[in-house]
Amino acid sequence: MEKVHHRSFLRVTKKDEASLPMKALVIAITILCALLVSALFIYFVTKLDPISVYVSMFKGAFGTKRRAWITIRDACLLLLISLSLAPAFRMRFWNCGAEGQILLGGLSTAALMIYFGNKVPTPLLLLVMMVASMLSGALWAFLPAYFKAKYDTNETLFTLMMNYVGIQLIEFFVDFWDKKQSHSVGIINMNGQGGWFPPVFGQQYFLNILIVLVVTIFIYVYMNYSKHGYEGAVVGESVATAKYAGINVPKVIRNNVLLSGAISGLAGFVEVSGISHTISNNTAGGRGFTAIIVCWLAKFNPFAMALISLFIVFLSKGAAQISSDFGLNEFASQIITGIILFFILSSEFFNNYKVSFNHNRKGADK
Amino acid sequence: MKKLLAVLLAMMMVFSLVGCSSNKEEAPAETPAETPAEETASDAKIGIILVGDENEGYTYAHMEGIKAAAKGLGISDDTILWKYVVPETQACYDAAVDLVENGATLVISNSYGHQSFMQQAATEFPEVTFVADTGDTAAVSGLANFKNAFTKVYESRYVSGIVAGMKIKELEANGALVPENFDADGNVKVGYVGAFPYAEVVSGYTAFFLGLRSVYPNAVMFVEYTNSWFDITAEATVGDDLMSQGCVIVGQHADSTGAPSQLQKNMEDNKYGFTAYSVGYNVSMLDVAPDVALTSASNVWEKFYTYAFNCWLNGEDMMTDWTGGYNEGAVAITDLGASVAEGTKEAVDAAIAAIKDGSLHVFDASTFTVGGATPTSMMADVESDPNYTADTECLIDGYFHESEFRSAPYFAERIDGITELN
Repeated sequence: MEKVHHRSFLRVTKKDEASLPMKALVIAITILCALLVSALFIYFVTKLDPISVYVSMFKGAFGTKRRAWITIRDACLLLLISLSLAPAFRMRFWNCGAEGQILLGGLSTAALMIYFGNKVPTPLLLLVMMVASMLSGALWAFLPAYFKAKYDTNETLFTLMMNYVGIQLIEFFVDFWDKKQSHSVGIINMNGQGGWFPPVFGQQYFLNILIVLVVTIFIYVYMNYSKHGYEGAVVGESVATAKYAGINVPKVIRNNVLLSGAISGLAGFVEVSGISHTISNNTAGGRGFTAIIVCWLAKFNPFAMALISLFIVFLSKGAAQISSDFGLNEFASQIITGIILFFILSSEFFNNYKVSFNHNRKGADK
Repeated sequence: MKKLLAVLLAMMMVFSLVGCSSNKEEAPAETPAETPAEETASDAKIGIILVGDENEGYTYAHMEGIKAAAKGLGISDDTILWKYVVPETQACYDAAVDLVENGATLVISNSYGHQSFMQQAATEFPEVTFVADTGDTAAVSGLANFKNAFTKVYESRYVSGIVAGMKIKELEANGALVPENFDADGNVKVGYVGAFPYAEVVSGYTAFFLGLRSVYPNAVMFVEYTNSWFDITAEATVGDDLMSQGCVIVGQHADSTGAPSQLQKNMEDNKYGFTAYSVGYNVSMLDVAPDVALTSASNVWEKFYTYAFNCWLNGEDMMTDWTGGYNEGAVAITDLGASVAEGTKEAVDAAIAAIKDGSLHVFDASTFTVGGATPTSMMADVESDPNYTADTECLIDGYFHESEFRSAPYFAERIDGITELN
């Protein structure tokens, strides 16, 4: 405590893990504050009625049955990518390359769709695409992992740079497959829908949700109850401890990062085969980076990730609806989203630190 | 901690009271005007899918066109449902279907990459008309409810080239050109900021260059691509790069104000010892480059939207490929800047009149050469197919028939005198 400046008005100290009711209270207050501050912005800057803006946001995400499904579909995809980051992040291996790993998974999916769609039965093709996408995602993650384990290179920069290589590969193949010089492959197999996720029980996105559900449970079990997952956590806490405990650190890093890349690649498969049916450098759409926020906020808890993913997708759908309904441009909607996210991030602060007024002040003045 | 929470809670209660009361006052006044779709869901709507919003010149021009057309036909504001900043991905399909579910019976998208997603939606909703502006597959899609539309903007690019040519002539007469402005053969260097190496851009820059050369024949042009339709920074960088290579005019087929702003700044800083002038696109660049902007080639989208909305109001089927040029009032150049050469207005008016009466053809084969020879046959990929087969002879009666066989441009020859730098 000596380091706390005596003249400072507020004092910030680290505190123990907050209790669950306390956390819930903090979150409730946070959301209320965020809504209030946004309301002030909406009322004074855009001259609109805040309540109708919030209603519009909600309608944008859940207003019709289809909107609700799309919101769930997109939240699932974001969740899948966030899950992919967890094994790597818990080892303090900063995988910023989900974007590229998704693109590579999507690229191999698209290639198989183009060359084998409508020729090979779709269930078989889906299986092959799934395996191929996971392998290519894993390969894209393997390179930085190998160099990290072998030469201790900086994985943040390495994975980031792999994203750009991935983007250029996509650019190349888009032009390779598109002979019209329009720089777009368009929708692959629009006739015949070869290699598309088929609707199950009349629900178009059933397979997307199923895959994500399976991976969520898998990651939860893997992180909490498997030897490998535990070793990853130890490596993250302290490499020296891990070595002392006889853990083969390079091997643990490699395996966890391979898993991370494979799930990102799988996300590329879900996106290309299950949602967009095309490939472009928009396929990942920045989700690889958004997922980092999700993963961190959730502290690697898969179920918390699900809630946060849903919330972030809700905000983006809501923001789009506000601009549609009120003619507000994108920036205004983004300000509202930004205010809300800012409050949620700062609630983390109140959960981890204690803020008190500095009672020593008078004494220090003497 | 407890104290702090108490303070926070108290503050919140106060704020929420204020919030509530102000809402109550505002709500009745605002709600009827602003509430979309739901109440009138039974009434038919028009759905608009835009790649950007009013901050982006190309989309801004569409928005203005849509508003003007709606006003002209007495279509109320709440009949039109807008989707802004829709990327060229699955999001476009999602937006199209959402618009249909909210009552739209006409859905129009404004960017090329939206096309295949619009087509997918058109397949699923045969009773709704889908129009992909600037697209090229409607005619070959076999779908009665899927359409394309594009203006003959190459006509206004040609005219904007005349403005540039007049300026070079004047600069030369005044001795304002410096040695860097000439190539080894004594031709004046012109630059062009291109978005992508597609037919749409090639057709446009060729028309601009031909217009310029009709006034000032000893010119060569360098085209540098940004690989983006809208990238302020990249367009500024490319504009600066072209100027550093001595280009005294910089045209553009990219949607931002990046290049003209950069030219204006370079002039103010006297960076290269000469002034380069800008010919923009979509919107007038005089706001950002008052001294160096000559004019901009632009589309008058209002004409298309008036046609489309009118068909929609009367329940008529639209033509599969809509196009319009000077004769339809669908293209124009923006107001001439203060720096244009004397006599520009007259030259521009004469050219427009000649285009209108059919005595001037932009792609007159006698005015350019390909590979050193005057072309005698020019095949183009009109019936858009994956293999990019040049299927149609477009050189008839001595000129290339651009935008006549389908609305999207298909002139993709690289003529002599133009060099692509990347």
